[in-house]
Parts: sequence; C-alpha cells; structure tokens
Amino acid sequence: MRESDVITIKIDGRPIATSAGKSVLQVAKENGIRIPTLCHLDGLSDVGVCRLCLVEIGGKLVTSCTTPVADGMEVRTDTEEIRQHRRTVLELIFAEGNHVCAFCPSNGNCELQDLACELGMEEVRVPYSYPRNRIDATHPRFLIDRDRCVLCGRCVRVCAEVEGAHTWDFAERGRSVRVITDLDIDWGDAGSCTDCGKCVEVCPTGAIIRKGAATAEMEKEPELVADLLERRGDV
Amino acid sequence: MEREILIEPVTRIEGHAKITVILDRDGNVSDARFHVTELRGFEKFCEGRTLWEMPSLTARICGICPVSHILASAKAGDAILAVAIPEAAELLRRLMNLGQLVQSHALSFFYLSAPDLLLGWDADPEGRNVLGLAGKEPELVRAGIRLRAFGQGVIDRLGGKRIHPAWAVPGGVNRPLSKDDRAWMLENIPEAKGTILKTLDLFKSAFDATARSALGEIPTMYMGLVGESGEWEHYSGYLRIVGPEGEIVVDRYDPAGYREVIAEASEEWTYLKFPFYRPLGYPDGVYRVGPLGRVNACDRFGTPLADAELEEFRGKTDRRSGRTIDYHYARLIEILAAIERMERLLSDERILSPHVRAEAGVNRTEGVGVHEAPRGTLFHRYVVDENGLIEEAEFIVSTGHNNLAMNATVREIARSYISEGKVTEGILNRIEGGIRAYDPCLSCSVHAIGQMPLRVDIVGPDGELVRRIVRDSQ
Repeated sequence: MRESDVITIKIDGRPIATSAGKSVLQVAKENGIRIPTLCHLDGLSDVGVCRLCLVEIGGKLVTSCTTPVADGMEVRTDTEEIRQHRRTVLELIFAEGNHVCAFCPSNGNCELQDLACELGMEEVRVPYSYPRNRIDATHPRFLIDRDRCVLCGRCVRVCAEVEGAHTWDFAERGRSVRVITDLDIDWGDAGSCTDCGKCVEVCPTGAIIRKGAATAEMEKEPELVADLLERRGDV
Repeated sequence: MEREILIEPVTRIEGHAKITVILDRDGNVSDARFHVTELRGFEKFCEGRTLWEMPSLTARICGICPVSHILASAKAGDAILAVAIPEAAELLRRLMNLGQLVQSHALSFFYLSAPDLLLGWDADPEGRNVLGLAGKEPELVRAGIRLRAFGQGVIDRLGGKRIHPAWAVPGGVNRPLSKDDRAWMLENIPEAKGTILKTLDLFKSAFDATARSALGEIPTMYMGLVGESGEWEHYSGYLRIVGPEGEIVVDRYDPAGYREVIAEASEEWTYLKFPFYRPLGYPDGVYRVGPLGRVNACDRFGTPLADAELEEFRGKTDRRSGRTIDYHYARLIEILAAIERMERLLSDERILSPHVRAEAGVNRTEGVGVHEAPRGTLFHRYVVDENGLIEEAEFIVSTGHNNLAMNATVREIARSYISEGKVTEGILNRIEGGIRAYDPCLSCSVHAIGQMPLRVDIVGPDGELVRRIVRDSQ
C-alpha cells in the first residue's frame, strides 16, 4: 500500500485507516464491525438491492455494500433510526413472499430467518401479499420455490460471474419481478444450465434447494464462492 | 313447542365444537348434533407443495398428535418413491408411534377425562379439572404427568423435538437412535409400566359394569389395523372391521385400497366430514375407531400384560363392548400394550443400525400412508406429478371416522336425560363427557383444557330464545 492511498474514515466514532477503492461494508467487516447483509456475498459483485446493509453517512441512508469509502467519511452503522429502517425493510421482504419456516427445508439454516432474529423482527406490520407462485421442480436434482425467493439475485450473479452460464436472470418489473431460467422456460429445459449447483449453495433461503431435502435438512455453503475464486487465483 | 338446546363450546377437548339438542313439540329429544365449527383446509393448500415437505407440513395439523401425521405422510411418501425402507427405520418409526400413543392417551385420560371419571360428573365444575384432581389425588396426577412426559421424551430423543420433530421422511427417518437414548428409554419403562398398571386397577375398581353404562352404549362396527395373525397393530398390517357381536365384516384388507371400503359424506351444519362404511351407505355405515375400535377389532395384543387385561375386559363385558365409557378402559390397556411393545423393540439390536433411509426419486404418482394414530386409523393419500409436487391430497383423520358415532352418543345421552321438556341436572356434563370419551382432536391446534365459557341456548320453533344458561369462564 502506498502512503498516498491510505485514507482515514470513522465508523461509529472509531477512526480507521484503510485504502480507497473498498466499500464501506468491506472496511467495516475487516474491522470487526457487524452490518447485516442479505444480497451481498463475498466473491460476487455488489448490487445493493436488499437494502439491509443501510448505514448513515452525512445524514443520508446509503447501502454500505455499494458505497466506496472516501477520506474523512463518517459512518454510523447502528442508530435506532437505522435499526428501524432495517426492520421495516425486512418486514417488507417477508410480506412479499410466503415464508413459512415450519416445513421449510432451510429451517434452522436460513439467512432470512437469522436476520429476523438478529434484527428483532417480532411482527410484520404491513399486510402479507400472499403471492401465488408455482414450484419449478423440473430439474432432476434441484428445485426453486419462488414463495421463498427474496430477489437478492445471488443465483443470477453466481451463475453469470462465477460459473459463466448465465442461466438465471430477472424477468418482469416492480412487484412482479421474479428470477427465471433461460428465457423463462422450465429449469429442467434450460439448456444453458450446467447442473453445477452453485445457485443452490448461494441462495440465502429455502428458495433454491436440493430436490428430496426434507424439512430442516438443507444446509448450504455460500462461502464456497469465495473459496473457489481464491483457489482459482481469481480474487 | 319445539326447542333447541345448545352447548357451546364443548370443553376439555382439542378444538372447537358445539352441541345442539333439538326437542320436539312434546319436549322430547328429536335430534342432537355435534358441530365442528372450524375449518382448516389442509387438503387444499397442500396442493403444489413438494412430497418431501409433506411430513412437516401436515404435522402442523396438530400439536397433540403431529407424529401421527408425520408418519402417515412419510409412509405415503415411501409408496410414491416405491421403496422398502430400511429395517431400522421401520423399528424406529414404530417406536415413535408408540411414544406418541402413550403421551396422547395419557393426556386424554389424566388431564382431560380423569377429573370427570374420578371426581364425579356432577362435581363442582370449578374443581373438576386436572388441578382439582391434583388436590385430591396428587400421586395419581403426578404419575400421569410423568407418564405423558415419558412418551414425549421418546419422541424428543428420536426426533430432537417433542412436538413437530422433522424426522420421518419419505424413505425412512433422518437420524438413527443412539445407545444413550435407547438406555434412557429402557430405564424409564418400569416406572411407566407401574403407573399404567396402577391406573388400570383404579379405573376398574371405580367403574364396575354398572358404572360403565354412564355414557350409554351404541352397537356399531369397529375398525382397526391388525397384524398377520389378527393381533393388535399400530403401524402396518391389514384393515379389519368387526360387527357389534365381534363378527368379521372386513379382514386382511390392504389399507391402501381404503376407498373401496370407506366413503365420506358431508353435512351443511358441520365442517367435519362423515366417513361411513361404503357397503352399508350413509348414515347406516357407522363404525368406530381409536382405542375401542382397535381393541374390539383385534384378536389379542401379543404381549402378556396387555393380553391379560384384554381377557379381563372381554370377560367382564360382551365380547365387543359398545359402551362409550370403555374408550377410556381401552385407552389404558393400549398404553400398557404400547409400553410392552416399546420394551420389545428396544431390546432388538437392529434398532441401533445407522442405515435408516432409502434414497429414491418419484417412481409412482399416487401413494397412500395408513397407520393407527392414538384416535384411530389415519389415512393420507397423495397424487403427485412426475416431479413430486402434490396434485391432490386427501386426509381421513381419525376423529372423522367417529363422527357418526359421536353424534349417536350425544343423541343417546340427551334422550336419557331429557324427557317431556324436563332437563335433568348434569346432562351437560355427561354430553361433554360422552364426546370426551372419543378424545376428539378437532382443530388439532387448540388445546382447550379447563373451564371455558359454556352456553346453553334453548330456542323455540320460530328461533326465539326461550332460555339461556351461561357458565362463565373460570
């Protein structure tokens, strides 16, 4: 690190020397400061869609995963206002899907469930939308249950950026947005899919799972992406 | 003048129900109805879900007998995967089902019904509950609570959770039994056995043949699973139906073909369907399931202590007892049989095998899972697409089988306590007691223990309220 690259920021009043080009989230993480995340995954590009990593910089709420550090920046990660916003964001995510832990294969190993505990979400104050979705179990080994999809796009990014297949993408707009395979055909018919299963490992909920997994049986390894990239020398 | 007497809600049962007694113009009972006033809708909303979620999804039908649904569902799943599950998996599933039977029967007897049976139907309602009983019979209540805890402990040690364990899966179970857990179960068996033997003695001394007519007697057919040689069975085997005199009506019948034998009717005044014996039609095809159904259907238990009790039970009564109160008697004998069977299972070294799951994909598109839940024969039938998504789900839940009989029991009790417009004191308690004997699980999610508000409406022919009796919530 050259002397001129070193910048100083403050996170929650604590001065931190770091280097330009990093995100606020990354610097916080390196310094042991916990910021909740959902769409972020080490090894994948950041898109800032889940809004859970909100922090306050200069009186504004911004997503820490997509905000680069700048010299003299003062960041607050844990005020009552931020906590309330994160809870609201999480409640909206819950209200948009059909998240029922009781019989979910990811029960007990779910990032969404963990966040609800961490952020103290005790109720959902907005009406549930109860979307009507169809499970796509046409792939021989995996299935997607869009009831549990939080639209974080990790599957889309891992498939395009790491596997290079780009089977997954988003379709539609607004509340109708959903993840699709190829040009919105059944997963089992998606010719671009290499059956690698990376989307299963990175999906933070029980949306993309191994077929045949019963309740609470689905354990995932999202850290697999960063490990793979490191072994490839492609960090 | 035609009048209507309404009991709402019925207390100390699992779920919500009310009873209407309809009087004719002479003030005699013309009809009585047991209404189940809630709708769950599982058959509909399971559509589109995956086969592998079904054990845990349907477990949520009930907080008392989740294990029953988990096992019936996993068995329907086995049929769809078209696999024979590993030996140890079957032994373990049997063990859990017996644990379930012990805990559920103990709940029904000690917590819900013993206050009526041991304190008297007409005892002050304020003390006629498990706490009142604990004041008078502390030893019995403590032992009953420990007996239930033993059954729950077995479930917990097998599935990791006392209620809603995610354990049985299509193809087997997802974890084997450890030696430590087996040792714990074996250590606790003597106490459990002692408790149930003492309780049986107490029941028998309190209820001789005369006292056992308290809740009436209705001649019906009885249904239950039996093993290869006609012995009491709870997990697999054949469907058997016997008549009131013990004559065989259906035997060695593959339960997967139940739709040839049982059909369902519905009435606009209740959400609970009325299964009936198809050849006799509705409403004549009345049969009963559950403890009395199984005990009446089998030839023997196949374990020494339970067989001795069965001999005494049959010797004292007609060969097939039609007394509603004998549900309690049969329930206690079944607890004993279950404990003896558990002991036998746990002594089998094969139960410790780590091979507990068969892996397979969807090989058939329809599967039926049948076994004996504490309250009676439970059927799950699924139709799936080639990917294992549910297209059709049908549940015939144990309590449903007894619906026609429960209505008949209420009618019979009402007739003996109401004549020429005079309502004998204590009728409400006995009608509720009659229902409680069946231990119905109506919502399978609400555990109404103790006093709830009770309202009786007597309604005139034009719907006007003639009289209202209210018992406040305590």
